[in-house]
Amino acid sequence: MADNDIYDVAIIGAGVVGCATARRFALAGLKVLLIEKGADILSGASKANSAILHTGFDAPAGSLELECMQAGYDEYLAIREARNLPLLETGSLVVAWTEADEARLELLEAQAHANGVADAHRIGRPDLRALEPNLADAAQAALRVPREHIIDPWSPFLSYVIEAQSLGARIERSTEVSGGEFDGQFWRIETGRGQFLARWVVNAAGLFGDTIEKAFLGDASFTIKPRKGQFVVFDKAAAQFLNSIILPVPSERTKGLVLTRTIFGNLLVGPTAEEQQDRTRAAVSTPELEMLIAKAVEILPALDGMPVTATYAGLRPATEEKHYRIRYDPDRHWLTAGGIRSTGMTSALGLAQHLLRLYGGEVTTQPAAPTMPNLAEHAPRDWQKAGYGEIVCHCEMVTRREIDAALDGPFPPRDFGGLKRRTRCGMGRCQGFYCMGHLAELTQGRLDEPLAVS
Amino acid sequence: MSPSVIDVLVVGGGPTGLSAATELRRRGAGPVVVLEREGEAGGIARHCAHSPFGMREFGRVLSGARYAARLAERASEAGVEIRLRHSVTALNGTSAEVATPVGPLVLTARRILFATGIREASRAGRLISGQRPLGILTTGALQDYVHLRHMAPFRRPVIVGSELVTMSAILTCRSGGISPQAIVEDERGPRVGYPTAMFPPMLGIPTHYNTSIDDILGTTRVEAVRLRHANGTFKVIECDGVLFTGRFTPESSLARLSGLAIDMATGGPSVDGTGRTSLSGTYAAGNVLRAVRTAGQCWSEGRAAAHAIIRSLEAA
Repeated sequence: MADNDIYDVAIIGAGVVGCATARRFALAGLKVLLIEKGADILSGASKANSAILHTGFDAPAGSLELECMQAGYDEYLAIREARNLPLLETGSLVVAWTEADEARLELLEAQAHANGVADAHRIGRPDLRALEPNLADAAQAALRVPREHIIDPWSPFLSYVIEAQSLGARIERSTEVSGGEFDGQFWRIETGRGQFLARWVVNAAGLFGDTIEKAFLGDASFTIKPRKGQFVVFDKAAAQFLNSIILPVPSERTKGLVLTRTIFGNLLVGPTAEEQQDRTRAAVSTPELEMLIAKAVEILPALDGMPVTATYAGLRPATEEKHYRIRYDPDRHWLTAGGIRSTGMTSALGLAQHLLRLYGGEVTTQPAAPTMPNLAEHAPRDWQKAGYGEIVCHCEMVTRREIDAALDGPFPPRDFGGLKRRTRCGMGRCQGFYCMGHLAELTQGRLDEPLAVS
Repeated sequence: MSPSVIDVLVVGGGPTGLSAATELRRRGAGPVVVLEREGEAGGIARHCAHSPFGMREFGRVLSGARYAARLAERASEAGVEIRLRHSVTALNGTSAEVATPVGPLVLTARRILFATGIREASRAGRLISGQRPLGILTTGALQDYVHLRHMAPFRRPVIVGSELVTMSAILTCRSGGISPQAIVEDERGPRVGYPTAMFPPMLGIPTHYNTSIDDILGTTRVEAVRLRHANGTFKVIECDGVLFTGRFTPESSLARLSGLAIDMATGGPSVDGTGRTSLSGTYAAGNVLRAVRTAGQCWSEGRAAAHAIIRSLEAA
């Protein structure tokens, strides 16, 4: 697969940061190579998040994280409509459940204002009840952050990759990078599928950010400490009980458990925060899932007895320190964006701008962008337009036309996870009871790991 | 031609819905429309290649697929309009919003019957620990693969459960060239009667009672499961799939979203003795009320619901 081309920049890792960076560098007229170990984009840390577009109200003041989140937030809002990318405007509520919590709301409000989130404001019990009548009685007060919203966590990044590709970027999936040599001008990048030449390297390898640094530079500027987060997705019938994103008063270590609607019409609770050594194994576990459900019912009693649609777990690429780990080494033509945890989905576009500026490129406005199929429940879906053929996945109302479009699209999925993220098929309450056989037939010969065995 | 005034709209074209619709027509109801979201009527019975189906309804033994076809034929003969690939997306009173391949439409009827049936609890619904690789299925999906598409999702699965449907799943495995490696059941003994429960041992499939799935291993495809016995011991079994059978759960989301009261014990709509739900003019029957009845029992229940609906239409 290797070629004789010389790339201006090779980006290692097609997670949220890598995809946004590939687009940003391609827009600057650079020749981009995006290398991904997985069979599809977003197959590592990026595939499991809570899909919240954060304002950065509680981010460390003056931090790069805050700057990138806010730049990312602004850019997303600026570009989303042309791409048909959805936004579910919910606002979030940091809910105080105890007096101690309530005392901290004032500090949080001051921090939000200092961070430029001027519309964040405290509300008392009556206003809270009016906004969220189904919240448990113990809810005392809240900090309301009106501009925190919910997005589709996958389609935007797919659109960035398709855009980068249309601007000439090359995207190599199922390609694992093992190391590289720098000769003062070019990086010779070794992969499982041959050698590539690039002037610069951007390390966006997520859970392997430190091992990539070691393999290329001889030392790592941080150590990845994987932190597992488990989530439970409730049936769509649950979404009617909640309007806002419900956040706890944050602790030092994590943003804590979030209860939120999803853009796909479900209700989500998570994540847990479990330290582990393994960088690939993201397993769910019964006791933690039961705990999440119990917590969700505690917050929203109407969830008692609500069927569970899905469970999943992801690994966040935390490091020994909380802040983003940027390594800029112009002598060796190197950039790392490491330790990008929960806020990465929001900050990715902002980080991409930051990385391009460090590289010395110019942030430009983009030309026409790809239009994405809408998967959000609150916006028109494909099944509402005649001529869709048949519904393949009944739970998520995924049409044959959508499946075909994904499989024949400009950047088709190579594994089932990729097809699920592009269409929602198999993501619903029956988890494939009705549609897996049909999907196995429709995807024959199209996926690296087929749904049927020989 | 679609009828202008529909007497009864039946949501779901499985054994319950088809028998209710047929009986409604035979008892003198006006236009009766069955909305079925699949490309064929018959429901889950269609997936079952094996017998016995149909003793009560047709006085003979049929395969599930043949049985389903006969039910649909009989409904059509009775003047029932079966609309295939019609998915009900919302209900407002007795009006249904319906997605169809030729565009959305709204159908209003004097009465609505929920006959949306059941599905097996998924791995997620059971909150099972482990990774999430390919090869984790329910019987419904397996039978779709094997009987309707002549494909196989795995070759050496571990099967979870010991209900009647588990035995159906084993038969499907055998006809699809699939060799179950073990059967795992967290109860102390099988959930089916003694003669049927002898079936796995006869086929030489090791059966582990008092045992649950402790972990599912595998990144891309299932590679193994770790079992935990009630006595605290563990056992790892290599396999390429995990088949979750049974633990049927009502297909009640549409009912929940439509504001019907839900019975916390069954997870299905709450009904009175005649099948009336909490929403005026709306009835429910069959497996959506409780898991799990055989197709024959659903057929009988569909008839009973039809009688109740006829009485209410006549009283109106």
